[in-house]
Amino acid sequence: MTDRKVTEMMPDAYKWGFHDEARYLFRTERGLSRKVVEEIAGIKEEPQWMRDMRLRALEVFESKAMPSWGPDLSAINLNDMYYYARASERPERDWSEVPDYIRQTFERLGIPEAERKFLAGVGAQYDSETVYHNMREELAKQGVIFADTDTAVREHPDLVQRYFGTVVPPADNKFAALNSAVWSGGSFIYVPEGVQVEIPLQAYFRINAENIGQFERTLIIAEPGSFVHYIEGCTAPIYTTNSLHAAVVEVIVKKGARVRYSTVQNWSTNVYNLVTKRSVAYEDAVVEWVDGNLGSKVTMKYPAIYLMEPGAHGEVLSLSFAGRGQHQDAGAKAVHAAPYTTSVITSKSVSKDGGRASYRGLVRAYRGAKGVRSSVRCDALLLDGDSRSDTYPTMEIDERDVTVSHEASVSKVSEEQLFYLQSRGIDEQEATKMIVNGFVEPIVKELPMEYAVELNRLIELQLEGAIG
Amino acid sequence: MRGPLFQVEDLHVSVESKEIVKGLNLVVDRGEVHAIMGPNASGKSTLANAIMGHPRYQVTKGRVLFKGADVTALSPDERARRGLFLAFQYPRAIPGVTMVNFLRSALRAVRGSDVPVREFRTMLRETMAMLKIDEDFARRYINDGFSGGEMKRAEVLQMGILQPDMAILDETDSGLDIDALRTVAEGINSLMTEDRGMLVITHYQRILNYVHPGFVHVLFDGRIIKSGGPELAHELEAEGYERITGASVAGEVTL
Repeated sequence: MTDRKVTEMMPDAYKWGFHDEARYLFRTERGLSRKVVEEIAGIKEEPQWMRDMRLRALEVFESKAMPSWGPDLSAINLNDMYYYARASERPERDWSEVPDYIRQTFERLGIPEAERKFLAGVGAQYDSETVYHNMREELAKQGVIFADTDTAVREHPDLVQRYFGTVVPPADNKFAALNSAVWSGGSFIYVPEGVQVEIPLQAYFRINAENIGQFERTLIIAEPGSFVHYIEGCTAPIYTTNSLHAAVVEVIVKKGARVRYSTVQNWSTNVYNLVTKRSVAYEDAVVEWVDGNLGSKVTMKYPAIYLMEPGAHGEVLSLSFAGRGQHQDAGAKAVHAAPYTTSVITSKSVSKDGGRASYRGLVRAYRGAKGVRSSVRCDALLLDGDSRSDTYPTMEIDERDVTVSHEASVSKVSEEQLFYLQSRGIDEQEATKMIVNGFVEPIVKELPMEYAVELNRLIELQLEGAIG
Repeated sequence: MRGPLFQVEDLHVSVESKEIVKGLNLVVDRGEVHAIMGPNASGKSTLANAIMGHPRYQVTKGRVLFKGADVTALSPDERARRGLFLAFQYPRAIPGVTMVNFLRSALRAVRGSDVPVREFRTMLRETMAMLKIDEDFARRYINDGFSGGEMKRAEVLQMGILQPDMAILDETDSGLDIDALRTVAEGINSLMTEDRGMLVITHYQRILNYVHPGFVHVLFDGRIIKSGGPELAHELEAEGYERITGASVAGEVTL
């Protein structure tokens, strides 16, 4: 198996770089065109409004230039890519119905086991389509909907049409437009008024094919007083060519509801990860983004919170790890459109072996948004002299009666800290791990225990072989 | 054959090409407590750091022997695993790493094997009680936001957990009020047994009211210029460094 060898040669021992010899039932031709978009809509037998939206979005995509204000995207070849590939017939509700080789891949990734142990529902997407989707029955009885977004378009058309594209319109940015044109898969979650989903729901995204784009679309609606915690994870094989992941996530959090959205992003280092994530929070609602970026070649992701009514509160915890050849351009946006809204943004980045981590953030307060409080803190840790960290904070404050703070720090693993730990018998590699794990602890501790363990393990893998 | 526990031979140490320790000799045997006293800038902390193997302190000549082996070229962690310990004058904060995890990792490293949870907990509880340390202390991050007194207690706590054969205490008395000093000193004394050695480095005599060295050395300008018994410490206290060093000592302050 040649893919195994490639994995072993990787400096940071990426363990998920294998791929399946998948048998695709259907794949669109290379490149993007009106024909490709219509084919995707046709396969899905979509209603006219969705088909029209896709085509409008394609026009927007074509009219917009590639963003040039951030990381270098020049190596993305949009004409050489496949925009849709399906390897299975339909989302199954039983793992035994999922094609063997796909099921085995998800077993290697530990998904069915995690589902049994500590999740209330799981969706698994393989390239363009969801291959598995299931949720505990008691939640369905309470009216909770957790489906892949394609199924939701068919089974809950009114809900989808009412909210789809309202938080992230196709014209928002070039990659949101691309996603709107060719989206496939993703999660749809609806939590009825007052329902508390105590155990997390999870979706797992796997890219398998070479030169493919994955464009999942996620929509979460939390009715008044409800709660849900949604977790997503992702991996991909290592190829010498680039893949693209351009998701759009829309989260609507109504009065007094709370949504926590956690991501452990671990794409292989040939994936461009260009994601638009945005939430709207109404009166006294709470939105929390916990965003961990360890993988990918380039990530551009700035989870946003629009605080629409008084009492809304948003938090973003962003963690990124940039190793050799990686550029993590991550951050957050908090837009205070109403008085007495609050936001807290905490960003931690670790760079090593020439990796580059940037914090890019926006805090905006509209005129009349009195009593707004926002605090931003970003800390960067550099493990060597070749690595780089940048901070691009933007503040647009049009109201006088606000309290906004911004603190930033860049530090190196200091010789003194290492010496201190080493003087207690701990070797240099272990000491470095301790310092890095300590640095990211405020974010890791916000994840459920299983994910915190996983994240710490990923960080250790990133660090191994890099020291000494 | 059994040589001395710990020996420093003609040690020369430079920091950024400037020689600070200029030919220092010292022998500490099992069951002995030695004190090195010296004014500011005499080379006390340089000596302590060099003994533990700080990479920025360059040993240009001489060597450090521990349990009969030359440890001069060993990494700090290797020295620690052999049973050497330094209580820092200025311990470092490691945010995000709890004391309990740190102590457990350190003990595992020094022992070379995992420590049963129950044994570790008992050990931690007892050592903390002896040092009058609150239980929630173990869940705090290493030296993060600690007061001066808390830091020094935490150093002695580490010593109590790791049970080193040879401990160097670098100004462990500084920044302590009288009650804290007594507690810390009691902790140190309880860890001193006849098969261990200890080197107390200090500016002031007051810790020696509680920790009783059998040997006192005066360090000045990177060399030991006088050695004696406990009476030497009292002499220094009464007359100051100037009298013994025969030089004007910059920065000398009285308590």
